[in-house]
Amino acid sequence: MSVVTLHINDELVSARSDQKLLEVIREQGIDIPTLCHLEGVSDLGGCRLCLVEVQGSSKLLAACVTPVQEGMSVYTHSERLVRYRRMILELLLSERTHTCAVCVTNGHCELQYEAAELGVDHVRYEYLAPQLHLDASHARFTLDHNRCILCQRCVRVCDEVEGAHTLDIMGRGANGRVITGLNRPWGECVSCTSCGKCVQVCPTGALFFKGSSVGEMEKRHAFLSWILNGRERKEWQW
Amino acid sequence: MNRPELQAMGERERERQQSYRCRLLCCASTPCLSSGATAVIEALKQFVKEQELDADVLVTATGCMGPCSRGPLVTVQTRDLEDVVYEHVTPELARDIALAHAAPEPRALERNLLAADSPFFAKQKKVVLSNSGLIDPERLECYVARGGYGALANALREMTPVEVCEAITRSGLRGRGGAGYPTGLKWDLVRKAPGTRKFVIANGDEGDPGAYMDRTLMESDPHRVLEGMAIAGYAVGAEQGYIYVRGEYPIAAKRLENAIRMAERRGLLGGRVLDSSFSFRIDIRIGAGAFVCGEETALMASVMGRRGQPSPRPPYPAQSGLWGMPTLINNVETFGNIAPIIDNGAEWYAAIGTDKSKGTKIFALAGTVATTGLIEVPMGISLREIIFDIGGGIPNGRAFKAAQTGGPSGGCIPAEHLDTPVDYDSLRRLGSIMGSGGLVVMDDTSCMPDVAKFFMEFCMDESCGKCVPCRVGTVQLHRLLEHITNGSATPRDMETLEELCVMMQETSLCGLGQSAPNPLLSTLRYFREEYQAHILERTCPAGKCTMDHVPPLEQGAELQRRSRSTTSDSEVS
Ligand SMILES: Cc1cc2nc3c(=O)[nH]c(=O)nc-3n(C[C@H](O)[C@H](O)[C@H](O)COP(=O)(O)O)c2cc1C
Ligand code: SF4
Ligand code: SF4
Ligand code: FES
Repeated sequence: MSVVTLHINDELVSARSDQKLLEVIREQGIDIPTLCHLEGVSDLGGCRLCLVEVQGSSKLLAACVTPVQEGMSVYTHSERLVRYRRMILELLLSERTHTCAVCVTNGHCELQYEAAELGVDHVRYEYLAPQLHLDASHARFTLDHNRCILCQRCVRVCDEVEGAHTLDIMGRGANGRVITGLNRPWGECVSCTSCGKCVQVCPTGALFFKGSSVGEMEKRHAFLSWILNGRERKEWQW
Repeated sequence: MNRPELQAMGERERERQQSYRCRLLCCASTPCLSSGATAVIEALKQFVKEQELDADVLVTATGCMGPCSRGPLVTVQTRDLEDVVYEHVTPELARDIALAHAAPEPRALERNLLAADSPFFAKQKKVVLSNSGLIDPERLECYVARGGYGALANALREMTPVEVCEAITRSGLRGRGGAGYPTGLKWDLVRKAPGTRKFVIANGDEGDPGAYMDRTLMESDPHRVLEGMAIAGYAVGAEQGYIYVRGEYPIAAKRLENAIRMAERRGLLGGRVLDSSFSFRIDIRIGAGAFVCGEETALMASVMGRRGQPSPRPPYPAQSGLWGMPTLINNVETFGNIAPIIDNGAEWYAAIGTDKSKGTKIFALAGTVATTGLIEVPMGISLREIIFDIGGGIPNGRAFKAAQTGGPSGGCIPAEHLDTPVDYDSLRRLGSIMGSGGLVVMDDTSCMPDVAKFFMEFCMDESCGKCVPCRVGTVQLHRLLEHITNGSATPRDMETLEELCVMMQETSLCGLGQSAPNPLLSTLRYFREEYQAHILERTCPAGKCTMDHVPPLEQGAELQRRSRSTTSDSEVS
């Protein structure tokens, strides 16, 4: 594997040529927000929070899906980027119903965290607040569409790591919904192994363990790297 | 089949056509079919049978002739007379036409004539549509009689793949799917890309509202598209092609399928094309019913049987497309240009059009113009010529207000820019795009914020939902436009709107979200005072919007005002 050198915020850094920008940026200790990215599953490039400016490119590029290139010069926190990140979070907060005060993941939510980090203290857009279903048919988990940000982490982990592909997306645009089975109640889906991976990787309170009350649902994704390191490198350290 | 056999086939068909005293061509494309062409064709055939004129008169169902709003159309070709075209043909009129032209002393009727020298025809230049309306799209022989598959035979025998790519580059052809990427460059990239297998895709998804250039080409001259694809396959080293046909185009799909079967049977497609060592198969894929499936990465996902959703580029299809292999994807109209370029030479093609935009472009002329329909014009023609000469101007004595090009990714061009040449770069400078060829003319009864709302609603419904700026941004922009058009917007909403537009352009994942704000921004650029009238004066200058709401903070005052006026009303009565 060859090595490339590039500039990140005017600092010279080196990287393996098969790395994505996001990884290299984070290795430098630079904090860049992400929501759809999840270590261990394929990247989507959907939330657009990780956008960076690359000199010579007229477009902003999503760091999570952009491969590094020799000699590239990347900026991660220009005024424009920070402003856009804030707007993206405002849009997400306006899309469904994010009433943190009564949410199971209050205090542990990635959406809430990123919004606080970026100083989003109000939303300029109309709250769309559609009245969506809540599927509590599964014995152990609940799916609350009102908190879903369509990052598709659950879909990818269920397909790529658990291999069950119980979850998918139906509909398009703002009508997109995470579905279980072929749009059956979750409890009736025989393909679901009840492994709980989807719940653990969900960044918000859309997927949670039954019985959790306000602020009680803490997610842990560390398990993903254990599984993947074990599978791929045969490292089983618990 | 080899090259001499191909030429012999063309010769036989030409002789057959010459043997008729009179040929009655009736358009059987979707617009004419929907205005009653089937009955007209039946009437003509019935007439020939009754009069026992089978040996003298030939009735042919053809593709589109152009002035679709005047359909059903019938063209009459006689040996000694000029071709004549009749409009609004009914079955009764059809009999009269046949009677007049099939008579021993043929003459043209006085009624329903469309003059051949009318500006509608005179200002056009048919390159891609040169066969459209003149041949039976269901008969391979008709296409071959007009030189069809000669370019493929020529390329296979006389040219190397490198030379084909060079010819396309020299012709200056740019992609007709919207973005205008140089076609020769794209072919060369795919040719050079390493890969054990390569693919060619023709994009016939055509999702722009009101546009039907690609449908017409596929319906009227399917072999033209197939031949272009086969030449592309030879040039880039692909043995498999796919045509992605929009799901709503069953006639186009049927004719293409029939054309592929016939070409394969004659050895013009399939294994060992024209007795050469080149093989090329083409399969049809029916579109999955979403506008975004026309975007190339989404289209490829759909061809592979996945959810039609765009994915980030790079990698570009030329490096890694279908099943990870180098893939050439072009619009069907782009492929329609290939055979004429090979036939007549790159220099001939490069002489048509402007410096940076070569050749011709097909437009679907729609909206408030006297004649709507399908036209093919040389690049660089002015909008004024298209609308006032070809289209015949604005009907009902109204004034021209704006022309919308490029559909939901394009913009509106106002009257002061009517003399701009129509080419990729001029339109882009005006804040619109050439797009795939939709051209909607609007008169002064159109309200620009309302037009912007229409296109935003389209983008909102068609957003795939993968990325946040487009998924939520289109909904929010649509809401803001709704407020503006119902009277409840405030000056603050304008700021939010403009900021959101720029943000969506710069942050969305694919072209749909990146260009969704274009219609809005271009109407703002040229008709800002209309937006201001809606917001500041709460009136709609065009008289289109009802304006029956008030801004939220003024609701209290409005309620008081209304109750006062109702009490005073009741006092009067
Ligand atoms: C939202 C969206 C829709 C598109 N729809 C079409 C379409 O219907 N037909 C088409 O040919 N190209 C369409 N394109 C452009 C294609 O992505 C691609 O650029 C084109 O097929 C390339 O062909 P060309 O080089 O011949 O223009 C669309 C692009 C976007 C972003
Ligand atoms: S619990 Fe496991 S198998 Fe079931 S939907 Fe979630 S990730 Fe898939
Ligand atoms: S811009 Fe719109 S259509 Fe394109 S990927 Fe994003 S959500 Fe989908
Ligand atoms: S983390 Fe890169 S787009 Fe979401």
